Amino acid sequence: MADLTTRFAGIKSPNPFWLASAPPSNSGAQIHRAFEAGWGGAVWKTIGPPVLNVSNRYGAWHSGNQKMLAINNVELISDRPLEVNLREMAEVKRAWPDRAVIASAMVESNRMAWHTIVRQIEDTGADGIELNYGCPHGMSERGMGSAVGQVPEYCEQITAWVMEVSKIPVIVKLTPNITNIVMPARAAVAAKASALSLINTVNSIIGVDLDTLQMTPNIGGKGGHGGYAGPAVKPIALNMLSALGTDPVVKGSGLPISGMGGIATWKDAAEFLLLGASSLQVCTAVMHYGFRIVEDLCDGLSNWMDSKGMATLDDVIGKSLHLVSDFKDFDLSFRAVARIDTSKCIKCDICYVACNDTAHQCIDLISSDGKLVAPHTYDVRSNGKQIAVETRPQPIVREEDCVGCRLCYNVCPVDHCIEMVEVSSGRESVTWDEICKGQKDVTEDWEKMKQYRDKVGIHIH
Amino acid sequence: MQQTATPGQALAEHVPPLSAHEAIVEANRCLFCYDAPCTHACPTHIDIPRFIKKISTDNLIGSARTILDANLLGSTCARVCPVQELCEGACVLGSEHKPISIGRLQRYSTDHIRQRGIDVIHAGPATGKRVVVVGAGPAGLSCAGQLARLGHSVTVYEKRPLAGGLSTYGIIGLREPVDASLAEVEMIKRLGVAIETGHELGANLNLDDLLRSFEAVFLSVGLGATPALDIPGEEHIVDGLAYIEQSKIDPTAMHIGRNVVVIGAGNTAIDCATIAKRLGAESVTMVYRRTDREMTAYPHEYEFVKNEGVAFRFLTQPIAALELNGKLVGLKCLRMKLGALDASARPTSELIPDSDFILPADQVVKAIGQQKPAIAKKLGLATEKGYLKVDDNFMTSISKVYSGGDCIRSKGSASTVMAVQDGKLAAHSIHRSLY
Repeated sequence: MADLTTRFAGIKSPNPFWLASAPPSNSGAQIHRAFEAGWGGAVWKTIGPPVLNVSNRYGAWHSGNQKMLAINNVELISDRPLEVNLREMAEVKRAWPDRAVIASAMVESNRMAWHTIVRQIEDTGADGIELNYGCPHGMSERGMGSAVGQVPEYCEQITAWVMEVSKIPVIVKLTPNITNIVMPARAAVAAKASALSLINTVNSIIGVDLDTLQMTPNIGGKGGHGGYAGPAVKPIALNMLSALGTDPVVKGSGLPISGMGGIATWKDAAEFLLLGASSLQVCTAVMHYGFRIVEDLCDGLSNWMDSKGMATLDDVIGKSLHLVSDFKDFDLSFRAVARIDTSKCIKCDICYVACNDTAHQCIDLISSDGKLVAPHTYDVRSNGKQIAVETRPQPIVREEDCVGCRLCYNVCPVDHCIEMVEVSSGRESVTWDEICKGQKDVTEDWEKMKQYRDKVGIHIH
Repeated sequence: MQQTATPGQALAEHVPPLSAHEAIVEANRCLFCYDAPCTHACPTHIDIPRFIKKISTDNLIGSARTILDANLLGSTCARVCPVQELCEGACVLGSEHKPISIGRLQRYSTDHIRQRGIDVIHAGPATGKRVVVVGAGPAGLSCAGQLARLGHSVTVYEKRPLAGGLSTYGIIGLREPVDASLAEVEMIKRLGVAIETGHELGANLNLDDLLRSFEAVFLSVGLGATPALDIPGEEHIVDGLAYIEQSKIDPTAMHIGRNVVVIGAGNTAIDCATIAKRLGAESVTMVYRRTDREMTAYPHEYEFVKNEGVAFRFLTQPIAALELNGKLVGLKCLRMKLGALDASARPTSELIPDSDFILPADQVVKAIGQQKPAIAKKLGLATEKGYLKVDDNFMTSISKVYSGGDCIRSKGSASTVMAVQDGKLAAHSIHRSLY
């Protein structure tokens, strides 16, 4: 069994899975149950100034038979009194000394207000503080949450106020609703924060009800943007996580990053770890299926680590980060082509139409006697399963024309039916950056580009 | 056996409709194949992935229109098609997974518009041309409806009191209730098609009159009655099609024997056996002179009827219906053995001498196919193997007289969906001939 013990900015937990600051961590009773289920830690639902909530606060995006690929919410920070949250926080920490209990906080942008909340949190025995600079709705209208996270200067100022008094680790939680995630992260580094976490939710509107023309969800005849989270945002989160891990300033600071945004399975978790997260926070998947999912998060991650010979999380964290590159550094001579395993192919021809209509027209339909056939050309008087199945042509990739775009691979409904096979391009390895440095005219003049292509043997049809 | 349901309930539609949730889950399972094999396999080539995709997007009107555009009798076909042999049999998910339930999804969309009284197919601008259709079964209704869509004025003559042909009278209610068939008839009427019942070609209609009054004639007269067995006591044997008909039209008045024997092993025979069993017969036995490998019933129908508790006596040839005091008491049979292959590569069956035995029966039903159309000879139409001969345009040997459906099915097995396709294609041929 791999050791999942987590050390994050001095905060210890038996595994890297923490409840994110959100409805699942709204009360001591819930967090007790979460810890009973095996969660390694919990970031308490944000505490701060008084709020009032609305009904129909969660919307969701479903696709096909899959419910809730993403959730969107306009729920505010905790609407339970501050002293109740602080008391329960202390009780939970006393009952679960081995688990990470972290208080998420957000108060008005006032030095004294932040000093006060930090001291109140420390009094509970909590292991750390997470500064909520991400809440994109409601609180931001009051100058908190993402209103702070979107302005690096505010981010730095408030973090500095917190660091003046805090004796426990401070995690700055970043909003993705910003053009360059690196800027607020650098601000947190400059203010000497202990750690970073990301992503908070993404600004979103779920939709419109086509029967009533009301917003979805309908909040008393109105609707508006809310925070978007869940499996659908994972790629956005991975990108932002990698952007921090590859930024010289953030990377150089050595601040650990708690990753979140769409983690639903141990596989998602492993990917966040590989791209540099050293603790993981989960919300939407728990809101969908309950606390019980932590069992497979731990079990699956541990079994995978065993299969890879990885003994501790340190063997995993950041292992793939060095591969994250800019386009300019990609090898332009790398070549892969799609290959269809005809023994697995069910001839749905989804690859064919995708390639033919929208990609590079390099999949052919070939009849059993080797002839090229066009779609929709069977005799309309023929019918029955036998003829339909037996005369159905086989999609085959014309490899010499395949640009290796990988669209067919992505749309194929059969596992391992289409594989991207690496083939030699016969060309010297070269990057765009190298061309820019060595032969700048090729990057500026189409005629020169044509000559370059002819010389190295690049044919675009 | 205690009767726990009324005859109508016992023979109510067997396959339940899909709920909205089931339909969407099933529709989302469809891969949306391109140039899909299910569409190829469907004799009417309904764009199946398209109509299924529309279910998944909640566009049921568009879905139903996609179906009916290719097949005006899509509601009947959703119920009676041997989908295992056609669309579902060709589904790419069939080999490792369960094929998409295309038939039930088709029923879901077509039921949706029927239950709401929505018409999705409309008559074309009037052309002033007049066409007559003889026989209001699936081929006739399909042809009439298609001609109406092309703007022609169509009259359909039907000899029976109700239109719909075998859909109304000849398919067990378990698979297609009468109201489903009659709703389709009404839909065709709303396209402007006039349907006149009680008119029979060769009785109160003659072809010359029709040719004088109309610009083209489409004959969709189906097949004839069940042929005679030519055995003693035949007068005690019930006709299978009449048996099914009564079970649909007047089931409460139906007489069901205690020990019922059904002669034949096609789909009609299976329907008869099912009716007998469901309406209270103590024992139902199907007798067939060959074996289960040669029977013409679809495999899924055979499985179904076995589960209904029907027994089979294969390699059995009836030779006499036995009576006592004027009442049927049994069927005398001979055992058979399989012999050499016949022209259609089926083994022939040969009598085993002195092997006679008696199956006790107080009701014997024969369902051994239908006689070839008698009308051909009366009208002087050319035939092929006894069926009306038509060219590639569905025209018979008489100019302006077209035909389709079971009465031309000299090749392949007769089915509703093939009849619908004949009617549709013939309508287009007729349309082209009118200009």
